[in-house]
Amino acid sequence: MTKSKWDVNKDLFISFLRTGLLGYGGGPSTIPLVHKEVVHQYKWMDDEEFGNVLALGNSLPGPIMTKMAGYIGYRIGGFTGMIGALIAAVLPTVLLMIALISFLVSFRDSPIVQGMTQAIAPVVGVLLFMLAFNFFRNSNKGLGLPIAISLSIVSIIVYVVLSWHPVLLIGALIIYALTTKPKKKGA
Amino acid sequence: MLLDLWYLFLAFFIPGIVGYGGGPAIIPLIEIEVVQRYEFMTRQEFGEVLAMGNALPGPIATKMAGYIGFEVAGVLGSLVALAATVIPTLVAMILLLNLLNKFKDSPKVKRMTALIRPTIAVLLAVLAYQFFETSYFDAGIVHTIILVVLSFIFLERLNIHPALVIVGALAYGAIFLS
Repeated sequence: MTKSKWDVNKDLFISFLRTGLLGYGGGPSTIPLVHKEVVHQYKWMDDEEFGNVLALGNSLPGPIMTKMAGYIGYRIGGFTGMIGALIAAVLPTVLLMIALISFLVSFRDSPIVQGMTQAIAPVVGVLLFMLAFNFFRNSNKGLGLPIAISLSIVSIIVYVVLSWHPVLLIGALIIYALTTKPKKKGA
Repeated sequence: MLLDLWYLFLAFFIPGIVGYGGGPAIIPLIEIEVVQRYEFMTRQEFGEVLAMGNALPGPIATKMAGYIGFEVAGVLGSLVALAATVIPTLVAMILLLNLLNKFKDSPKVKRMTALIRPTIAVLLAVLAYQFFETSYFDAGIVHTIILVVLSFIFLERLNIHPALVIVGALAYGAIFLS
């Protein structure tokens, strides 16, 4: 069952190569694809740990895809895993961009390419929505429906209605959880 | 040359540590640095590069950094701009999550993980909504509904791998949306 370090690094490289090349719409669109690779395909993390990666990734500034690739690569394959995952996530599209720039000028105006790009957005939307639902269902199991729904409503009010930055809410919840005493086990 | 590299570093380092919401959200901050402060390119050139970046898959902030760095100072410039974009926030990520993993069996951290999950669900749902909205404006309501329903059936009911569904959507777009 245990794979050699080389195999693990190869798996990391391939999974981030795949997600990098399939995500249209920048890094955030790759979140469900990364989730699929990391939690379902290779089972490097469970939903809980992946949720923490997303929570901290969203609480820290900067691009999200490289934070996920770098951290997951580091956690699974150490320093070489991190470098491999980062290279796989970043380099192919940068090289394509540099190599194809003159060709891209005509290519981006082609209706076929525009049509292809447009058709991706709803699929990414469905993937993100399914992942959102998955997280909600899990938190329902862990917290119970009333708390899960209340926290969701608070999140919607803070994030959507007041448009405060989510880092405030995540930060507040982290501080609350770490400074107060848990009531009972298994709650 | 050295000065160019230093400016490149700053131009991508600062948006990377003050901009929240992932790559697409920090593009306007990169534009301020690249166009207004360091004048590596004109606004129009920046717009062109961004449009081309969006025509390619993958994370956008690193495509911009890698390309603009290369234009300004060659391979070294590309590497400097990429490092400035990726490394600072990644180091913070690794340090914080390592700390968290040390205490992952403590009831407090377990509860924290549970408590932030609904917020993550909402963040993802909002992100999903933004993609639906983009699709509604670009492809129209009919194609959006067709693609949403079809991809939901393939992904959730038939359990087809997302990679295949995305390839299928690309084919749909090339045929019906061109």
